[in-house]
Amino acid sequence: MANKFSERNIVVRAIFVVVGIIFVVRLAFLQLFSSHYKDLAARQSLRDVTLYPARGLIYDRNGQLLVYNEAVYDLMVIPRMARGIDTAYFCRTMGIERADFEARMARATKYSPYSASPFMKQISKEEYGQWQNLLYRFPGFYVSQRTLRVYDRPIAAHVLGYVGEVGEADLGKDPYYKPGDYMGKSGLERSYEEVLRGVKGRRVMQVDVHSREVGSYLGGALDSLATEGANLYTTLDADLQQYAEQLMEGKRGCIVAIEPPTGEVLALVSAPAYDPNLLVGRVRGTNYAALSADIAKPLFNRALQAQYPPGSIFKVAQAMIALQLGVITPGTGFPCNKSLIGCHNHPSASSVQEAIKMSCNPYFYYTYKRVIQQGRYRNVHRDSEYGLMVWHDYMQRFGFGMRLPIDLPGVRSGNIPDTAYYNRWYKRDGWTFSTIYSNSIGQGEVEVVPLQMANLACIVANRGYYVTPHVVRYYGSDSLRDESLMQRHETGIDRQYFEIAARGMYDVVHAPGGTAHRANIPDIDVCGKTGTAENIGMDHSVFVAFAPKDNPRIAVAVYVENAGAGGVWAAPIASLVIERYVRGEVLRKDFEKMYMQARPCQKLPLPRHIKKKRK
Amino acid sequence: MRERTTDRKRFDWVLIALYAGLVLFGWLNIYAALYDESHAALFDMTRKHGKQLMWIGISFVVALLLLMTEAKVFSSAAYVIYGFTTLLLVVTLFIGKTTNGGQSWIDFGSVKLQPSEFAKLGTALALAKYMSTIDLDLRKWRARLTVAAIVLVPALLVLLQHDTGSALVFASFILPLYREGLSGKVLLVGVAAVALFVLALVINKYLLIGILLLLCLGYLFLWLGSHSRTRRRVLGVVVFFAVASAFTLSVDFAFEHILESHQKERIYVLLGKSDDLKGSGYNVHQSKIAIGSGGFGGKGFLKGTITKADFVPEQETDFIFCTVGEEWGFWGCTLLIAAYIVLLLRIITLAERQRSVFGRFYGYSTASILFIHLFINVGMVLGLLPVIGIPLPFLSYGGSSLLAFTFLLFIFVRQDAERNHIL
Repeated sequence: MANKFSERNIVVRAIFVVVGIIFVVRLAFLQLFSSHYKDLAARQSLRDVTLYPARGLIYDRNGQLLVYNEAVYDLMVIPRMARGIDTAYFCRTMGIERADFEARMARATKYSPYSASPFMKQISKEEYGQWQNLLYRFPGFYVSQRTLRVYDRPIAAHVLGYVGEVGEADLGKDPYYKPGDYMGKSGLERSYEEVLRGVKGRRVMQVDVHSREVGSYLGGALDSLATEGANLYTTLDADLQQYAEQLMEGKRGCIVAIEPPTGEVLALVSAPAYDPNLLVGRVRGTNYAALSADIAKPLFNRALQAQYPPGSIFKVAQAMIALQLGVITPGTGFPCNKSLIGCHNHPSASSVQEAIKMSCNPYFYYTYKRVIQQGRYRNVHRDSEYGLMVWHDYMQRFGFGMRLPIDLPGVRSGNIPDTAYYNRWYKRDGWTFSTIYSNSIGQGEVEVVPLQMANLACIVANRGYYVTPHVVRYYGSDSLRDESLMQRHETGIDRQYFEIAARGMYDVVHAPGGTAHRANIPDIDVCGKTGTAENIGMDHSVFVAFAPKDNPRIAVAVYVENAGAGGVWAAPIASLVIERYVRGEVLRKDFEKMYMQARPCQKLPLPRHIKKKRK
Repeated sequence: MRERTTDRKRFDWVLIALYAGLVLFGWLNIYAALYDESHAALFDMTRKHGKQLMWIGISFVVALLLLMTEAKVFSSAAYVIYGFTTLLLVVTLFIGKTTNGGQSWIDFGSVKLQPSEFAKLGTALALAKYMSTIDLDLRKWRARLTVAAIVLVPALLVLLQHDTGSALVFASFILPLYREGLSGKVLLVGVAAVALFVLALVINKYLLIGILLLLCLGYLFLWLGSHSRTRRRVLGVVVFFAVASAFTLSVDFAFEHILESHQKERIYVLLGKSDDLKGSGYNVHQSKIAIGSGGFGGKGFLKGTITKADFVPEQETDFIFCTVGEEWGFWGCTLLIAAYIVLLLRIITLAERQRSVFGRFYGYSTASILFIHLFINVGMVLGLLPVIGIPLPFLSYGGSSLLAFTFLLFIFVRQDAERNHIL
């Protein structure tokens, strides 16, 4: 009997072996053929905390702090670990509604139940302090420190720009950014983003099922400290900037002030402006919407982006090109023939200097005609094509019709039409000088941005060259700078001709018959040129100037929208900016008060009331 | 003197070495599972790894004593031991401590014992003793009922303690009984019942009955030729179909009314009908994450992140295999399973060479008890079986189970060493 069933041991052994094989196969599926569980493991047992660096600070040219940071906190949540917390207690502690809690939790869970996402953002230090020591009661929640921008003086919003959450497009472009990160969206914040942002740090902690940190992972091998962003040392003069913004209050337009020999931007104002503090923190969303919807377009940086017809200011450049080409001489005179083109009442100009002073339209009609139709070709169409090509080339050397490579984003090029442009409009051989003569006085197809006009003043101030206008002198502790910004660009026009231009511009302000006596400042030799940019509504008042005449320290372009002739509004404002900078103070108090309080375009709606700023 | 040396030579050192290896490997994993840099001392008796070290020491002493104890002692005292362990189960029902929903612990001051672990040993001894009765005829109902009673009494007592896992272990006696002549149909019926149960929960019951009907008709009319289609076989098929259909239809009732809610949920989770990752599915999900994240080579000793950070509950007891999976990876797990299978096959080999029915039956029982633990435990941890709390032999933390398995195995080692003694 004993061994009657002994062959059955095979069955029993087979069962053991088969089960063993099943286990090994199952293990192979779990451990070898699937990365699913590895990913899950990495997500839940490690807490990968990003350490956000403070953004670099921004200083003005005199070492005044323009932008700094303050600490805020983001409350992060890992939804799966946060289940089972005392919701009522949590809501009471954080001061939120139950429904709000549910909604935030749902959003976080939707993002991922296993990884951290922000639950509440930008909590102030004070608020955080109130429940900091209770946080341990809420497993799955932890706090991540962030910084927010603070602006002591509410100025230079358009230059400094603002910081916002990264968008979908940027996420794809640069792996540095993760959803919820912040980046510079405009102004210096954007153009120097990579300098300012610093380097994120990382701390990988092992956490247990209660979300408690049990220790560092791999002995901290993956950890790194955050590196603060580099500071920017700008060329802005905060005092001048603030003064210029005060001057433009209640007006629309812009002011660009540049130090001519260096191309350093001293002030850059676009009005209406806004307090940069409005676009920081939790109020940002509401305020941004309000500012975007405002018909006065406060977010629009007119100094770089508004393309205006230059008006009479353009005549200075026209004269220089004609002189260099030799189609006129400094002593060339033209009659003020109003049948060709409209003009105001003045005696005919007998020289370039006089023509600039009186801003004679027919004079520049003749001049431009000689530039465009130089008589090189018998065919008038060929001849005009050649002349326009040469002219276009010179204009580009003045920085017109191209984007000046300033270190601010969004700058526009304006328009200097070339042959292709007119051939497209009128077909080839469909145009000659008589078609395009409006360009001679800065109307027609010519468009410039205010920055280019300020640059033109610099060129005359420098008697023939400019340095790319720029806002940052250097950055970081190693004083790094972008050398391409410091380059000198020659116009290729002789210095002697610019002397004539400077004298003409001096006469505009000082000589009888000049168009801008309101720009006159006692003791300071201001050289300027008025312009009136024709417009569908009321004309824009334009003025460019530099001072002093010799060894100029400042060049200014002022645009006041819908304010009429250049000499009336733009010139006095420019003179105040010049006086403030060159003298360091304004002595003409009544004059100053008058223009500061003036509201040339009151009929138009001013910026709407905006939600009270954060502080 | 001469007698003793020969005895020692005949101890099966393969079993002893596997035992020692598994126990020490288990301890390493318990240490790793509960590793905490601030309590890294190996002999810290306030920590579980320290306590386990104490139990391992005790077990080794017990093993040594068992090797020196004549096998006769256990075969003679089999019923007494059985009576004692069964009595302990009864006592536990009254004075037992409740842990994890099971009332299965007796508290002796600083030491807690789990009598159900020892009841398996008592039952194995008693059943082996009964099976070795001269002229036992299992075809007689009296013998069959006695066998059933020996197994079912402790099994039911354990079930009354709400310790389903341990109760299920008593099913392992089917294997030694099968070896001794129990019809193979019992095994098949068991497998068929489990399969039907699972299928009835997963697919439509009436569809299932339809499939059964088709299978039966196919068997009768296609498989069997007309000459072999005897009345007896036809009747058998009809009875099978009737019973299977009734079973299928009653699954819902059994599921709803007999199983407890957490058991139902665990089965649903296993069948993929529910994925409550925080509730019933949590342990298994975490366990799979821990094992899966180990990859081929594992993360290395003490480097596991999931088990280390308390993600897997019961990681040092029923889920100790997770730590192995996470830190030792696929090769470690495969070696461990291979070690178990070698151990089991070795016991079967030794059992087959026993001259006495007692020795053989006891050997088979030992292998089967170890096997069903391995099967249920690893099956659960790998997500192949529902969650049933039952320790992995030799590896899991716990003095009672280690001690009980030591008894179980070393009684057999000594038994084997004496196989040539004249009865």
